[in-house]
Amino acid sequence: MTTLNWHNPERVQQLITTMQQKILLLDGAMGTMIQAARLEEDDFRAERFKNHSDDLKGNNDLLVLTQPDLIRTIHRQFLDAGCDMLETNTFNANAISQADYALESLSEEINHAAAELARQACDEYEAGDPEQPRYVVGTLGPTNRTASISPDVTNPGYRNVDFEALVTAYREATAGLLDGGSDLIMIETIFDTLNAKAAIFAVQEEFEQRGARWPLMISGTITDASGRTLSGQTPEAFYYSVQHCDPISVGFNCALGADLLKPHVHALANVSRVPVSAHPNAGLPNEFGEYEETPEQTAAALKTYADDGLVNVVGGCCGTTPAHLQAIGNAIKGLAPRALPGHFARSAA
Amino acid sequence: MSTNPDHLDFSPRAADESAAADTIRHTRLSGLEPLVITPDLGFVNIGERTNVTGSARFKRLIADDRYDEAVEVALQQVENGAQIIDVNMDEGLLDSEAAMTRFLNLIAAEPDIARVPVMIDSSKWTVIEAGLKCLQGKGIVNSISLKEGEQAFIDQARRILRYGAAVIVMAFDEQGQADESGRMVECLSRAFTILTETVGFAPEDIIFDPNIFPVATGIEEHNNYSVEFIKATRELKKRFPSSHVSGGVSNMSFSFRGNNLVREAMHSVFLFHAVKAGMDMGIVNAGQLAVYDDIDPELRELVEDVVLNRRDDATERLLDAAERFKGDGQRQEQDLAWREKPIADRLKYALVKGIDKFVVDDTEQARQELDNALDVIEGPLMDGMNYVGDLFGDGRMFLPQVVKSARVMKKAVAHLVPYLEAEQKAGEKKGKILLATVKGDVHDIGKNIVGVVLACNGFDVHDLGVMVPADKILDEAIKEDVDLIGLSGLITPSLDEMVSVAEAMQKRKMELPLLIGGATTSRAHTALKIDPAYPQPVCWVKDASRSVDVVRKLASKQHREAYSRDIASDYETYRQRAANRTNRKSLVSIDHARANKLAADWADYTPHTPAKPGVHVIEDWPLDELVDYIDWTPFFQTWELAGRYPAILEDDVVGEAATSLFEDAQAMLKRIVDEHWLRAKAVFALVPAQSDGDDVLLFDQDNNSMERLVFLRQQADKPSASLCLSDFVAPQDSGQQDWIGLFAVTAGLNLDQAQQNLPENDDYADILLKALADRLAEALAEALHARVRREYWGYADDETLDNQALIKEKYRGIRPAPGYPACPDHSEKAKIFELLNAPEAIGLELTENFAMYPTAAVSGYYFAHPEAKYFVVGKVAKDQVEDYAKRKGIAVEQAEKFLRPILEE
Repeated sequence: MTTLNWHNPERVQQLITTMQQKILLLDGAMGTMIQAARLEEDDFRAERFKNHSDDLKGNNDLLVLTQPDLIRTIHRQFLDAGCDMLETNTFNANAISQADYALESLSEEINHAAAELARQACDEYEAGDPEQPRYVVGTLGPTNRTASISPDVTNPGYRNVDFEALVTAYREATAGLLDGGSDLIMIETIFDTLNAKAAIFAVQEEFEQRGARWPLMISGTITDASGRTLSGQTPEAFYYSVQHCDPISVGFNCALGADLLKPHVHALANVSRVPVSAHPNAGLPNEFGEYEETPEQTAAALKTYADDGLVNVVGGCCGTTPAHLQAIGNAIKGLAPRALPGHFARSAA
Repeated sequence: MSTNPDHLDFSPRAADESAAADTIRHTRLSGLEPLVITPDLGFVNIGERTNVTGSARFKRLIADDRYDEAVEVALQQVENGAQIIDVNMDEGLLDSEAAMTRFLNLIAAEPDIARVPVMIDSSKWTVIEAGLKCLQGKGIVNSISLKEGEQAFIDQARRILRYGAAVIVMAFDEQGQADESGRMVECLSRAFTILTETVGFAPEDIIFDPNIFPVATGIEEHNNYSVEFIKATRELKKRFPSSHVSGGVSNMSFSFRGNNLVREAMHSVFLFHAVKAGMDMGIVNAGQLAVYDDIDPELRELVEDVVLNRRDDATERLLDAAERFKGDGQRQEQDLAWREKPIADRLKYALVKGIDKFVVDDTEQARQELDNALDVIEGPLMDGMNYVGDLFGDGRMFLPQVVKSARVMKKAVAHLVPYLEAEQKAGEKKGKILLATVKGDVHDIGKNIVGVVLACNGFDVHDLGVMVPADKILDEAIKEDVDLIGLSGLITPSLDEMVSVAEAMQKRKMELPLLIGGATTSRAHTALKIDPAYPQPVCWVKDASRSVDVVRKLASKQHREAYSRDIASDYETYRQRAANRTNRKSLVSIDHARANKLAADWADYTPHTPAKPGVHVIEDWPLDELVDYIDWTPFFQTWELAGRYPAILEDDVVGEAATSLFEDAQAMLKRIVDEHWLRAKAVFALVPAQSDGDDVLLFDQDNNSMERLVFLRQQADKPSASLCLSDFVAPQDSGQQDWIGLFAVTAGLNLDQAQQNLPENDDYADILLKALADRLAEALAEALHARVRREYWGYADDETLDNQALIKEKYRGIRPAPGYPACPDHSEKAKIFELLNAPEAIGLELTENFAMYPTAAVSGYYFAHPEAKYFVVGKVAKDQVEDYAKRKGIAVEQAEKFLRPILEE
């Protein structure tokens, strides 16, 4: 892939320069914000899907088509909080996940529309403050299936999704995200690295077809105290498994709160030759599935990441509101990004 | 700051290039856990046992669908210290892509295995890619090369990079395989440059395999191969310090196969020098490496001379000395030193080596010394046979060798019989077993082999032969007071016959254990159908090598009960699992399958009218014309030797046994041909035909329909066409007049007379003869098919293919046979026999259960359509079976009986 040039070399150069100067602030929890809007079935359907066969409540990704103003507003709230990077509202916008709502045919359209919404918001804020570039991060979620784990305990060799099906779904989603104007692509909340490798494969095929590449962020998730991904890998093994895609960053997000996630980010930072990201949840959910960590608590925990020189990008996942992001932004202000291995610094200097 | 986009690249390799790479970059691989190859890791051991080409056992497990045990092989390797496991499924009879996928998915579920990285080993790109799609970690591809030119190399490397794996490059380019250090380095340096500059590989993700070739072969040009490898290694590590050098070590000592002591010394000395030069990985059997310092100094010196090519006479000196350094159990035919040993040792030696030349004299001498014939049998002869049994059990002797041992034993016993009778004593046997091929079936090669192996191991074998009805089996068992009954069968209807025997045993309240064996039998059928029919021990025996252990346990008062319980509970577990199993691959309805039939374009296709339609008989096909058509690989399978011909002759494990067997076969084949032992005859017909759904209608000269051939259609849920043989014949509504061929051939006529030419009591020769007759019948089918294509049907009159191309079925048209995967119903043979009048035309008969007699025979159909190909019908659902019964005009129960093994569970 080194034979491909960047799609927008100036923009990438600007991103790298910025990453050398400060810790970039990624946005927070889209899902939490949507939940707060308390939408009903009819809101999800709007006019276009009022006769759709399946229930659509909970299909947050569809809102970029049916409630674009809500999504636009949430994007603006995070930009107001000072975020440098906006994630598109596309966590489940791949055909495999959308099949749950019988909307697999809309994957490309949703991704495209979602990227456009984020693009408009970023362009608007960047125009008003050209000193602070705002990047659109086109997001590819993990899907609701695993390519390296059998869903049937009695039949360990069985799989309900394979590499090729994942590549097809991710390729379509990627095309939409790029057409809609994403600056970067992020494969996130990776619980099965084989799913992520299929996503990487799809993204690179798409790049090849377009004759140019976009920066790629990789973010896995550690789901429990074992310190491994759901599919069983240690942080180091995870990193070596995705390193071939030349990511602009690797990191972890979701599942654990900032406190519990830190040792795993530390393990990753020990071996990573590229920038490191972290966007944890606002602590662990309570028995009602709510996140109780205050903006100050989250910000204080993430500040220790910066103090220890672990990260180049921070943000929030489940339960983090614009208030959390604002607090995080304040906490890390002026703190140095993680120093990169010699060659990285040299090549960007 | 530069605006050149490449300089913005964060990637590690860009750094290496731009910053003149001051440090060595470590290779970072992963399974569930990381493997970072740092210098202090030393030599990286790659486990070699999960390889179907290198391990006969692993191959058997995969071929038999015993994936649970195959997974255990992988586990043992990791437990024994393999840091990476090499997985290879390159075997002609396997669906290698599917086997690779299934095995990798299974080991992914075992954290103790999945923690290490996987090396995907295949010479087929599609298999490599199937494997890459299963790895969540970063593995290694073994291997790619410039053999097919730069473009193919670049394309494959690009995809490997995109899948995120490291790669082994072999020193092979458009000019061939490099065997000299200059060429090795040149070829691999070129590959390195392409990989790093054009493809974008990191140097540490490249592993070189400069080629390890055999040395000391007697050919002078080979003497320097190890030196070349070591030289190339040193230069490669100097040029590319972050890359690695690997290779398959056991290849270098190939010419000393059979002498493990010398081989291990050679490997150890080779590695000692190659590792010093920079070789840092290797596919080795780590458990069998000699420690360099522990090697006998004299041997080490001699080996070192060979490995480093230090003297012109190094090979001769090592060869001369090698005999003295032999491990046990090795062949020393020319050396008669063993004749000087005590009598018991001589008998043992003769038995192990299968040498019958001196055995009568030695037996007589032993009888005189011991003054008692029985003591000779129970003393030195049985000791020798027990030793043979042990070697066989350990996989250090192979079936053909054991059968030869049995020949020596028989000869010795035959000499003693008159004395035994005079002494009025009979030998105490370990147990007595009755063997029979069941009613309606005539196949007996496998059963005979089991008989010989059991006799060798001290069991009394009472063989009733073939086509034995249930009542006769039971009457004889009672009359002869046997300890066990063993049933054999090769064709599908024999499965039901075995159930009938089991039921009859239950009716008579017998208590004897029942053993089941033969090509069509399986653990599944035994567990689900036979075991429930008979409450006493029932045991499926996979092959001859397994039979000894099973019979020993079941014939022993001490072990029988516990062992029976184990088998019973194993079958019970199997039944429960079968009952709980949700159909892994659900079948589609037959209507759905038909809608997905092969969409041949009949409008644009004109069937070729045969040059010579009608029925033809070829009375006496010259045997010498058939020799070149023989496919030898199945011949070795008959003898339970794993591998493809001709590579099997050089195989590390079975090469010696295979070579010896092949020499014997060649000698006998020459006599069969020269002395006209057998006669080969063929009858075939080219008949007007059209398809009617899944049937094919045959017409006579007046265009009256005269027969309906019924076929089965694939019902697996699959994206490609759901095939049925009728798809290859123009349908009635196409308006096209199409044709089909029917044939029956045999090379087994005169077999009884031919047996008269063999020495008496020589099971080895007897089995050899039958196996060769089988091969000649297959060769005749192949030769006849070629002649039909080129001459009688004439659609391929310009075809020129050599035997290898024929075996690989590179021609247009197919010749499927009833009872085989594309048309699994044996009973359809009856129509072929009827139409060809085979019994009268060529003396080939059909039994009541549709087995052909003589057994050395092939019958089937010819299809000429360019898209015609072999396929496997696979499982069929109830709806198709009912429809099939209707089309065939038989009861559904009858159809189920014919189709038993492929019925959906």
